Amino acid sequence: MVRFENVGLRYGMGAEILKDISFSIEPQSFQFLTGPSGAGKTTLLRLILLALRPTRGLITLFGRDALTLDKGAITDLRRRIGVVFQDFRLLDHLTTYENVALPLRVRGKDEATYRGEVTELLRWVGLGDRMHILPPVLSGGEKQRAVIARALIVRPELLLADEPTGNVDPSLARRLLRLFTELHKSGTSVVIATHDLGLMDQFDGARRLVLGDGRLHIFD
Amino acid sequence: MSIFTDVWRRAQAMRADRRAADETDIRPDMALVPAASIAGRALVTVVAIMTFLASLTAGAAILIADASHGWQDQVAHEMTIQIRPTIGRDIEADAAKAAELARKMRGVAAVRPYTKDQSEALLQPWLGASLDLSELPVPRLIVIALDPEVRLDAAILQRRLAETIPGASVDDHRLWLERLAIMAKTVVLVAAVIFALVLIAMILAVAFATRGAMAGNREIIEILHFVGAADDYISRQFQRHFFRLGLRGGAIGGGSAILAFFTASTLSAWWRATPSGDQVDVMFGDFALGPNVYGAIVLIAAGIAIVTGFVSRVIVFRHLRDLS
Repeated sequence: MVRFENVGLRYGMGAEILKDISFSIEPQSFQFLTGPSGAGKTTLLRLILLALRPTRGLITLFGRDALTLDKGAITDLRRRIGVVFQDFRLLDHLTTYENVALPLRVRGKDEATYRGEVTELLRWVGLGDRMHILPPVLSGGEKQRAVIARALIVRPELLLADEPTGNVDPSLARRLLRLFTELHKSGTSVVIATHDLGLMDQFDGARRLVLGDGRLHIFD
Repeated sequence: MSIFTDVWRRAQAMRADRRAADETDIRPDMALVPAASIAGRALVTVVAIMTFLASLTAGAAILIADASHGWQDQVAHEMTIQIRPTIGRDIEADAAKAAELARKMRGVAAVRPYTKDQSEALLQPWLGASLDLSELPVPRLIVIALDPEVRLDAAILQRRLAETIPGASVDDHRLWLERLAIMAKTVVLVAAVIFALVLIAMILAVAFATRGAMAGNREIIEILHFVGAADDYISRQFQRHFFRLGLRGGAIGGGSAILAFFTASTLSAWWRATPSGDQVDVMFGDFALGPNVYGAIVLIAAGIAIVTGFVSRVIVFRHLRDLS
């Protein structure tokens, strides 16, 4: 599904942030991406999302060479990926409902066809009574749940989550991890960037990708 | 049971029962690009001013063109015989003889000699009503209406008049017609140039505003990309906004132009009896807007709205294409 071969990234003329990154994400796999703060977890996720171009190396996404993709192909591939941003990235002028429905709306779906699913998903993540609230009014945990719901509403083939439980209590963190595992069982590959060891310990079968000094170590 | 299966089934049930979230809170067409992020008021003002100027220019050009056609039609179907006072000759007899001679010419539909009083009345707007013109040698005019079917040979008429009436001359208005036509064409050309300049200035203003809007909505654009929005979809969001702004500005500008013409028409009616008012009346007519001018103003306002939306879409599309 995703393959990195000797990928390197530097900004400007500085030292490489990521060096010789080689790994693959298989279909229906589950992995944690971990490492100390500033190790490059978010950068690696942005590379997978094609939001950044590598300085060197090869990235293959859903069997396509990332460097050969045109804008239309990139858009099509991104529609197969759900993203949970560490900094939420909600649109402040849209309500919680409208933010979660956004991926469906930009695909041209009629609102009447997805209203029920969006509403139910919001209720499931505990935002049923916050649907028509604007994001600036939401708490950090509520925003986190809204972002997760937005990533899941399209049932992506690949889910990239950057610190998805960073702003929630342990109870909701377990509930969200359960959601991710259910998603995994449904066929989605999951990549969770986190430095929460407790979270990682709750899922025994997950692969661990550890970033350190710009290099990636894989622990199956 | 899978969580998603559970969610999906409940959603189906909701559709079946037509139970949904309060529909008044759902805004399916809520703009993805917030209106407040675009310098809307300033752009509406710019578009309104440009539409107003363009409408005034176009309206004035149409009025002048229509008036010009009117003059040419009117004047081209007439000639004038002027009898100058000559010492030793009876000007009234000369005028009567000239009128009779003209009536016998082929191509003359009607002959209207101006009496002394009527000739003096023609001079009053310039000389004033208080001046006694009875002792002044006022020329006599004879207006000849031409037969549209038969062409009058002005040279023959001139020759025959010269043989019997020394002070008579024929004016076929050709020189004045040519000058009128050149003036009207010049005015229309200048109006077209001004119109083009106004349009260019407006396009540049819209382009500038679009770039500013994109810079201000950079994060929104990035989020839209990440959730799978195509460039075409994103550019349409901006296009929709700018089209609305253009429509609003166009309506204000076009409406103001119509109001300006209406005011000018009312004022010109007050001025009509004065010399300057008569000149303005000759130049522009009575400023009364015909359907062609209304239609032109409406087309300009609508066209400017469309151009505003189109320009913003092109700018956004190019910017998105250049994003890596």
